[in-house]
Amino acid sequence: MQNRIALVTGASRGIGRAIAQKLGSHGAIVIGTATTQTGADSIGQYLSNAGIRGAGSVLNVRDADQVNSAFEAIREKFGEVEILVNNAGITRDNLLVRMKDEEWDEIMETNLKSVFRLCRTVLRAMMKARYGRIINISSVVGTIGNIGQANYAAAKAGMFGFGKSLAREVGSRNITVNCVAPGFIDTDMTRALSEEQQQSLIQHVPLGRLGAAEEVASAVAFLASSEAGYITGSTLHVNGGMYMD
Amino acid sequence: MENVEQRIKKIVAEQLGVKEEEVKNESSFVNDLGADSLDTVELVMALEEEFECEIPDEQAEKINTVQEAIDYVTENAGN
Repeated sequence: MQNRIALVTGASRGIGRAIAQKLGSHGAIVIGTATTQTGADSIGQYLSNAGIRGAGSVLNVRDADQVNSAFEAIREKFGEVEILVNNAGITRDNLLVRMKDEEWDEIMETNLKSVFRLCRTVLRAMMKARYGRIINISSVVGTIGNIGQANYAAAKAGMFGFGKSLAREVGSRNITVNCVAPGFIDTDMTRALSEEQQQSLIQHVPLGRLGAAEEVASAVAFLASSEAGYITGSTLHVNGGMYMD
Repeated sequence: MENVEQRIKKIVAEQLGVKEEEVKNESSFVNDLGADSLDTVELVMALEEEFECEIPDEQAEKINTVQEAIDYVTENAGN
């Protein structure tokens, strides 16, 4: 992926950060996005520290106008995005009986509608270039469900159907669309769980440990590479065996 | 300088991978020239680029033949 232009949303920390660094280490030009200027600055900082070409960019994926202006800026400075990694995501956990409309809507907007919006934005140029790699970061929760995460699981599962449809639509243009579904990964999101919750989750992981963000990033880098050119509409599970397809 | 009709026929031939002489004014992109739905989207993108205009989706849906493309461009694009 030497000199390919990659966009990674939600790249200031956790899995997104590991993906941005991994793609950069393979020679991609990486634009990492964050919702705040501080986040964008920190992305710019770690990229340049690692000698990776690219930039941090402020982008709230829920803001359609900002999506347009951010892409405009990227196009001007770097060119058209060739590798899109939809990683940005949030949780608003609650038992369904108590779940508020806002908790549902926020998750759908941020975790699923953003994927639709960003894909639509990059597609024209990818179609024209007859090349594109779209990788959506889903979750094991999208396949097996989780208590308190009906909204999150629905959005993550939505990526599968979305990705398969898009893969069929644009396959003839040499654009691949795949998902990576991480399991229980050591990030801020999972560190928010109690020790007890963590231990009980690990019991369901045959490999007996949390995954590292870098291990998810490796799967993304593979799907983004030319070696994965015949894989589309697939999901790569990175979950220590927690769920086996 | 080529006229609108010639320019459009050239683009259609290029986009759909057919010979220019096969592209007639009455040719339907889908029925006669073998375009699929994505091809027609790309065709519109190519027309937008060539004639430096923006064709709204609801207009684009009405452009199904070479003649309809010629008419649209003649009426709506300055050049």
